[in-house]
This record gives sequence, structure tokens and C-alpha cells, in this order.
Amino acid sequence: MKKLLAYLLPFILFTNISYAIIEIDITEGNREPLPLAISEFFHDNNPEIIDKKITENIRTVISDDLERSGLFSSIDDKAFIQNNRAMHLKPRFADWRLIKAQGLLTGELTIEDDRLRVEFRLWDTFAEKEIEGLVLITTIDNWRRISHMIADKIYERLTGEEGYFDTRIVYVAEEGPKNKRIKKLAIMDQDGANHKFLTSGKELVLTPRFNPVRQEITYLSYFKNLPRVYLLNIQTGIQEVVGDFPGMTFAPRFSPDGGKIIMSLAREGNSDLYVMDLTNRVVERLTDSPAIDTSPSYSPDGKKITFNSDRGGSQQIYVMDSNGRNQKRISKQGGNYATPVWSPRGDLIAFTKFYQGQYFIGVMRTDGSGERLLTENWYQEAPSWSSNGRVLIFYRETKANDAGDGHSSSIWSIDLTGFNERKIITPVDASDPSWSKLIQ
Amino acid sequence: MVSTFQNYTRYLVIILFALFLAACETVPKDTATSSTSSTSSTSSTSTAAVEILDGVYVGSDTVEMLAVDVPDRIFFAYDSYSITKAAQNTLEKQAKWLKANGSVTIAIEGHADERGTREYNLALGDRRANAAKDYLMTQGISSSRVTTISFGKERPVNSGSNKKAWAQNRRSVTVRTN
Repeated sequence: MKKLLAYLLPFILFTNISYAIIEIDITEGNREPLPLAISEFFHDNNPEIIDKKITENIRTVISDDLERSGLFSSIDDKAFIQNNRAMHLKPRFADWRLIKAQGLLTGELTIEDDRLRVEFRLWDTFAEKEIEGLVLITTIDNWRRISHMIADKIYERLTGEEGYFDTRIVYVAEEGPKNKRIKKLAIMDQDGANHKFLTSGKELVLTPRFNPVRQEITYLSYFKNLPRVYLLNIQTGIQEVVGDFPGMTFAPRFSPDGGKIIMSLAREGNSDLYVMDLTNRVVERLTDSPAIDTSPSYSPDGKKITFNSDRGGSQQIYVMDSNGRNQKRISKQGGNYATPVWSPRGDLIAFTKFYQGQYFIGVMRTDGSGERLLTENWYQEAPSWSSNGRVLIFYRETKANDAGDGHSSSIWSIDLTGFNERKIITPVDASDPSWSKLIQ
Repeated sequence: MVSTFQNYTRYLVIILFALFLAACETVPKDTATSSTSSTSSTSSTSTAAVEILDGVYVGSDTVEMLAVDVPDRIFFAYDSYSITKAAQNTLEKQAKWLKANGSVTIAIEGHADERGTREYNLALGDRRANAAKDYLMTQGISSSRVTTISFGKERPVNSGSNKKAWAQNRRSVTVRTN
């Protein structure tokens, strides 16, 4: 009941005053999506724009991005009363209010010197004014990224938070029977477009993670049957092993400045945490316990590290200073905890919890208080944050029958509020997702 | 409330016991008629109860032989890397065989079941492989002949999602490398 009130209260307060300028409080959770009218962008019958269906495509990408966030709904354009170029200069706001659009997006496309010029305006139909507008110029084939950037601008203007649509997801694509699974690194835009495999499947690969500042991925590869942490440059395709360690290195993750990799090293049956500086290749040992220490993740300011350890007899979440000092357990609600990841906003740690035979994805504050479980399932793990810290992606597996059939693995997303759970469509089975920052 | 719960569990115990008896009953019938398809499914459910002891697989379905009477694998309890009595017996046979064949080198593969996070299971597989290696070393096998590799939960031997499959997958397997 208390929880329900917490969700309702801000909603009640905000509905009274929200007429001035449309705004969304994204901490509310399960609220009605805000209806937006997203019109096709006008142009002077340019044959290339018509041929490549650019105007329809831009509308679809923007509208899909915003709808997937769960915060907006896109009004069917068949309901539009006004549909002429004049609306990009001055919409007939009453017409748009009549079809219940609270916001209206209009735009114009031109091609000049083989460059696509995209101009858009976002209108508040109740306040009757333009609240956002921008001109973006790009190569013609770059219309998709421009669409994501426009969706980000709209999201940002209406929620007050940074958008997360111009981003990518790297993950492990899975094929074949469970006991002979073929795994490849794959990358795609956040909406599933531009899908590409990055490795051939010859070697087993696991747990890819984006560098927050460079076009680079760190991951685990079983190349030559020696499981080690690798680096992959996405642009050049060049792969290299990270360091020269006397045992398996695994569970890698970049520091927030992208200059270091923190990971586990297993030696003679014991796993501890190490960090390697990528510029001078200096390695520092951070933990020294006879227990398993793994799944490390830095706080966004780089001063703290959260990790997983079974030193107390069961898997729990710990926090320490980035030099390894002041190691302290923070998880305390019962059950086993794993895969802690620090939110890019710094205030929360997302985790996997195993409790009474079920797996949960949840969040807690960095001192372990305020634990909130977002989703429960037979098997799910490995949350990764959206760049703005509002959404989590993770992977989920289905149970196989006794013959071993019926097993599948897929990536899902869920809002931090615990609402808007969605499956992310991939060409084959998928696991170990990692979400990039906004593309620079 | 408490008493109804107790009643309920009592009924449940009775029902389960009845089912168990029914399952036992069918085994001799099946073997007697030596029917084809139904045999495997009934016998697997009835034998499951005795194939797992204290969470450790004690059957032989998945076990292969390195040599005559030298099993290639040992099994572990959930989230454990303790070497059981049965595992000691198997490793002692492996040690004897390795001593008799001084040029053989081996790799020990450590594995986990699917009920655990991927990264933790990599560490757990490493623990299991090294627990087996350590035991071989106490039997006089030089560490230079033994390498270890963890596959975490990546290479199950049984693809099912049930207790028996998980018990069969919690293992370390000795393989020849030369």
C-alpha cells in the first residue's frame, strides 16, 4: 500500500500543474503513456528521399524508440486532421488537441550537396508553442542515427533526463544444442537494427562489455583453450589478449575513464580481483581472500568498486575502495546475490538475486538499503544499465525438458520502476548483453 | 492454520509415497515385457532417487573410462568443491593409472550446473578442477603433468533442466592431452 502511494502521489501532484508545459516524471512507474503525434517530415518530392522511403523510416524509428520507453504513445497518423506543410511553421493546435495529442513533432527534409538536412520541431499543443527545435546535417544513409538522436532530444525535453536511443548493445549470440553451444560476439543498435557478428563462433566467447569512451569491447575468449580476457577494437576488428596472466582471467569490465580493466584471475582454484592499466600495462592486485571474488564493477566516479564474493559462506555483494581497502558486505536481505553493476547515476547497484529457487533482477542503494526486486523468473541474470540509468537489460533462459529441448536464451529490458518489461528481438538466441553509452 | 498445513503435508507425503510405490511397481513389469519406448522413461524416474546421494551424482550414465576400471570423472554437490569418498576412489584409480603410464599428461576440466551466474560458475569450475588436481598431487602425481581448465556452465553433459541433469553436470573430467 505504501509502495502504491509512493507511485501515485507524484502523479496526483503533477496532474494539477502539468498543463503549462508537457513534462513527464519518469520515476512514476506505471503511468499512462503520453500521446504524441509524430508527423512524417515534409520535403520537395525529392526522388532519393522517396526511393529510400526516408521520411517514413524516420517517423517509424522515432516513434518506435519513444514507444518502447513505455513513456509515450504515438498516435496513428490516420487520425491526423491537419497534414500539410504549414503545420511545421504554425500547427492548428486545436486540431491536435482534438485527437488528444499533447505533443506534436513536425519536420522538413532537404538534400543539399548529397547531404541530408533534417529540421524538426516539437510543439506543446496545450501551451501552443514550440518547445524544441534543431537542424541536423548528415550523409543520406545516416538517417537512422539522426532519427535516434531526434528521439533522444524529445525524450530529454519531455523527461528532463538524457535519452538513450543513440546507443548500441553488444551481446553473445547463441546457436546449437545446449551441450555444444556455439557462441559469437554480436553488436546491434539498441533497437535491433544494424546487426553484425563480430566473431566467427570458432572459439567460445563470453561476457562482452563496452568501453565507456572508446569503440572497444573487453570479453572472455577460449582461444587455444586458454580462457583469457581480450580486447576487441570494433572499428579495426583487431583483437588482443589483455596481459600475461598465469591462469584464467575472466569477468572483465572497464573503469569509467576507459583506461583500465578490472577482472578476476583464477590461480590454483582461487579467484581474486586484479586491475590492469591499459596504457602502462601495470597490474595491481585488489583482493586476497581464499574465497571467490568476481563480477567487479566501478562506481561512475571511479572511487569505489562493487563485486561478488562467497567469503561469508554464500554469494553476496561487497563494496570496497578502488585500491582494495575497506571491503564491506552490503547485501543483507537473504538469498544469494551476484553480478552487481553500479548505476551510471551513482546512486544504485543493480544485481541478480537467487532466492527460493527463483532468479530476480533488482536494485539497491550503494549501502545495501532500499532493495527493490524488479522481475522474477526461472533463470535470469547479468543486468546492464542504459546510459541514463533509467533502464536495465539482462538475459533470461527458459527451462529445458528432460530430453534437453525447449531451452532458449534472450535479452530483455525493464524500466527501473519495474514496469515496461520487453523482449529485445535478436536473429538468434542471446545472452550477456552490455549497453553502450551514447555514441559520440 | 498450522494444523491444516501439517495435514496437507501429511497427505502430500502419503501421495508421494504412493507414487513411489507405483513407480517401483512398473519397473519389473517393463523389464519383463522388455518394451521399447516406455521402458526408458519409467526407469529413469524410478532410478533417479538412488542416483543422487546428498546432492552428488553416484550413477554411471555419463561416465567414460580412461582405461579399464579408471573412470574419467567425479561429481560434486551444489556450489561445492569437496571431494567425496566416491570421488577419492575414482581419483585414486586415476593416480594409479597415471603412475603406471608415466608419459601420460592430462587436463582436468571443471564444470558447473546451470543454476548459477555465469561468472561465478567459471570460478567454481576452476575450484573443482583444482580440487581434483590437488587430490591427484596428494597421490604422488606431479603437478607438471596436470593442467586445469574451467568451462563454468558452458558445456553441460546433460542438457535437461532437472536435478539429475544438474548433478551430472557438476563434475570434473580428466582428459588425456597426449
